Amino acid sequence: MEWETVIGLEIHTQLRTKSKIFSSASTAFGAEPNTQACAVDLGLPGVLPVVNAEAIRMATKFGLATGSAICKHSVFARKNYFYPDSPKGYQISQMELPIVGEGAIDIELEDGTKKTIGITRAHLEEDAGKSLHEDYQGMTGIDLNRAGTPLLEIVSEPDMRSAKEAVAYMKKIHSLVQYIEISDGNMAESSFRCDANVSVRPKGQKEYGTRAELKNINSFRFVERAINLEIERQIDVIEDGGKVVQETRLYDADKHETRSMRSKEEANDYRYFPDPDLLPVVFDDAYIEEIRKTLPELPDEKTARFVSDLGLSEYDAGILTASRELADFFEAVIGQSVDAKLTANWIIGDVSARLNKEDLTIAECPVSSKLLAGMLKRIEDNTISGKIAKDVFNGMWNGEGDADTVIDKKGLKQITDDSAIEAIIDEVIANSPDQLEQYRSGKDKLFGYFVGQVMKASQGKANPAQVNQMLKDKLS
Amino acid sequence: MYHTKTLSELSTMLEAGEVTSVQLTEHFLQRIKEYDSQLNSFITVTAEQALSAAAEADKKRKAGNAGPLTGIPFAHKDIFCTKGVKTTCGSKMLHNFESPYDATVVEKLQQAGVVMLGKTNMDEFAMGSSNETSFYGNVKNPWDTKAVPGGSSGGSASSVAARLTPASTGTDTGGSIRQPASLCGITGLKPTYGRVSRYGMIAFASSLDQAGPMAQSAEDCALLLNAMSGFDPKDSTSLEKDVPDYTADLNNPLDGLRIGLPKEYFGEGLSTGTNEIVQKAIEEYKSMGAEIIDISLPNTHLAVPVYYVVAPAECSSNLSRFDGVRFGHRCENPKDLEDLYKRSRGEGFGEEVKRRIMIGTYALSAGYYDAYYIKAQQLRRMISDDFTKAFEKVDVIMGPSSPETAFNIGEKSNDPISMYLSDIYTIAVNLAGLPGMSVPAGFSENMPVGLQIIANHFDESRLLNAAHQYQQKTDWHKQIPEQFK
Repeated sequence: MEWETVIGLEIHTQLRTKSKIFSSASTAFGAEPNTQACAVDLGLPGVLPVVNAEAIRMATKFGLATGSAICKHSVFARKNYFYPDSPKGYQISQMELPIVGEGAIDIELEDGTKKTIGITRAHLEEDAGKSLHEDYQGMTGIDLNRAGTPLLEIVSEPDMRSAKEAVAYMKKIHSLVQYIEISDGNMAESSFRCDANVSVRPKGQKEYGTRAELKNINSFRFVERAINLEIERQIDVIEDGGKVVQETRLYDADKHETRSMRSKEEANDYRYFPDPDLLPVVFDDAYIEEIRKTLPELPDEKTARFVSDLGLSEYDAGILTASRELADFFEAVIGQSVDAKLTANWIIGDVSARLNKEDLTIAECPVSSKLLAGMLKRIEDNTISGKIAKDVFNGMWNGEGDADTVIDKKGLKQITDDSAIEAIIDEVIANSPDQLEQYRSGKDKLFGYFVGQVMKASQGKANPAQVNQMLKDKLS
Repeated sequence: MYHTKTLSELSTMLEAGEVTSVQLTEHFLQRIKEYDSQLNSFITVTAEQALSAAAEADKKRKAGNAGPLTGIPFAHKDIFCTKGVKTTCGSKMLHNFESPYDATVVEKLQQAGVVMLGKTNMDEFAMGSSNETSFYGNVKNPWDTKAVPGGSSGGSASSVAARLTPASTGTDTGGSIRQPASLCGITGLKPTYGRVSRYGMIAFASSLDQAGPMAQSAEDCALLLNAMSGFDPKDSTSLEKDVPDYTADLNNPLDGLRIGLPKEYFGEGLSTGTNEIVQKAIEEYKSMGAEIIDISLPNTHLAVPVYYVVAPAECSSNLSRFDGVRFGHRCENPKDLEDLYKRSRGEGFGEEVKRRIMIGTYALSAGYYDAYYIKAQQLRRMISDDFTKAFEKVDVIMGPSSPETAFNIGEKSNDPISMYLSDIYTIAVNLAGLPGMSVPAGFSENMPVGLQIIANHFDESRLLNAAHQYQQKTDWHKQIPEQFK
């Protein structure tokens, strides 16, 4: 039988507010346990939450960036459950009236076609603390530094049909939240993680199969693996005559398996109800418009502009806009009057290759946009060839100065003087009588030999276009 | 002696230099020592801190930096977090809890200069109408030590009635200031919801809880409310609304004051004795020029059932933080997490608290939420609308604070429903978020009866004016039980 997979994602992205969503404690990562937890975060008797206006603003920004409905009247609700790292015995979240309603986002599939993934809703909530199981023999340590960190939970429609689509969607959201500067998207610090709802059904069937929820996956690679594993597992279960049960499962990256955490029957009744300590969040159109003005150009708009205004290919534009940093870097280079296509080729080619090799991000690139622009200008004005530019780039990468300094120091300036090139050509021809004869008797292929010899003799500095033209004249 | 004076009178004496705060503090500490064993109105007495705070207050006054409350001895209901002082909320759960911070109300009153004598006894987590649910034992009514003082602010009411403190704070979720004030013969005011910060006041039912003053007179309450009120950035439900001087309107004449008498407050269940006293008080108001208007609050009968869905629902969630993990009672040798939760909570909470947590958990459960919680919220709106309509025709509403005078200890403790009905006249006011007062209006069979006065939102000035004018004509609020004179 042929199976179809149905996937919906719940992405939790940590908002980059300075203080927590309901208290004034800092949200900075990595502090000593419980040093960034105030009375409110500890859930002491008598304390009350006060909502952080910045978190509201950021959630609204996300809604606007995805063309979602913005709920001008949203309500915080309590999700009741006991767990040691949930200090109040409930989590403040949003249930019936989330701040962001329906919207959508386009993802690009591998074959280049576009697919629209629906966004069901996005709501604000507070993160829990952490239970520390190591270092406390027979006991559990509780660190409440993370408790109260603002999260935006973005819930998708079950619109994805493969693990690859799920990853593409997750990457798109990941890029977007960084574009609009509401999250640092740091997955290693769990600032961006997701739960995946996965089910399978016979191809052609309308009803959804029973789903399992894969909890807390914090890398793109793991999402793809976990979903694929889960798909296989569900198909196996069904093909063996069994039934998939609705449950929450955990992906274990080390053992490369998913395993059951709790079944539907064991699921908590969270007893959601509106939090009486917090008033409904109410705002007007003017507030929304004010936030709309702060939206940067979004990835899709940027891609379209790169194609139409700069003449880049759809593919190149897509790569350059995949992250805001990369797009900003690209625009900073072309802002210095460098040709867009040349810049795109270099960033997508040599720059990205080197960054990948050294495992660096564009923000950490030792060759600044200014340095790169300076070098590309020397290609444009024929001071150096594209090939020599690779040496110049390496020099700049190693901190040897800007392009002109490296070119000077290493004597990499291109030879464009006709008489100098002619002298080299004459010498090469004089030293290759056999090749000359063969060429003249019809062995056209040997043209390449002469070019190579001339370039070699000039240590690669002769202008290739001039060498070609002049050789042609001389040899004919 | 000092204890026969109202807070306002003591304030005048301090200002005139006739007495020092240290002298007053010593006097009231001595009275607590002498009498509280009969009443059990205090859980904690902070004698040492009180004396040093009194000395500070005297210095301040000498330096010319004193306000009307500087140096006044005072008590806080043990529901308010007080830094470095045990804060128990009347529960075993918090028998070992010392708050690392002060409640906003505590902070504000401290800034106004009051001297805290200690923390008063209360029903456990403010759940009760008789002060019998306290882990620290029941409080007795100074007018008859076999009788309850009412609740949940029973310790505050009893201590003020016996003049062990000139005044104290209370909190009122369904009548917890007004009912004990009524039963103990003192003056208590529950302000409009949002008038006084709830920060640091251990939550029972967040949408109903409100702190207020419990004192000997309306004038005292006005002085205290001046200090307690105001927007608190730490409490989103407190209102950004200017605080008027609540003493400013006290002496306004009551000519033409329109008093509404809801027929529902004078029907079945109201004792004859209480009714007679309340009617006499109404006559007094008539003689002062007030106009009496019969009104109806048709949804009054829904108040108690609605309250017993909303309040337990909120409390079931509010009390989840008491889990034995970070503070408060923790069971011995838990064998696992579930055991830790079950035994810590099982041991730490008393019967009434458990009952309400269970009711509330049930009301919020999947499948019951719409039928209970949502329905209760709808009815709550209707109850509130009754008042809105009434206040189109009247300035204040009057009636009894409680259907009867103080009942005997043990009389209702095994009958929750009849206990719950003792708040029948006070609960609707909380559901509607209105300000309400109880004012001593006389005695029935030697036990105090309180007149309840209800005003529109943020109309505390009118409430205090009406009460103060009555107290200028009567001396019920001046009565002190014989054995505590």
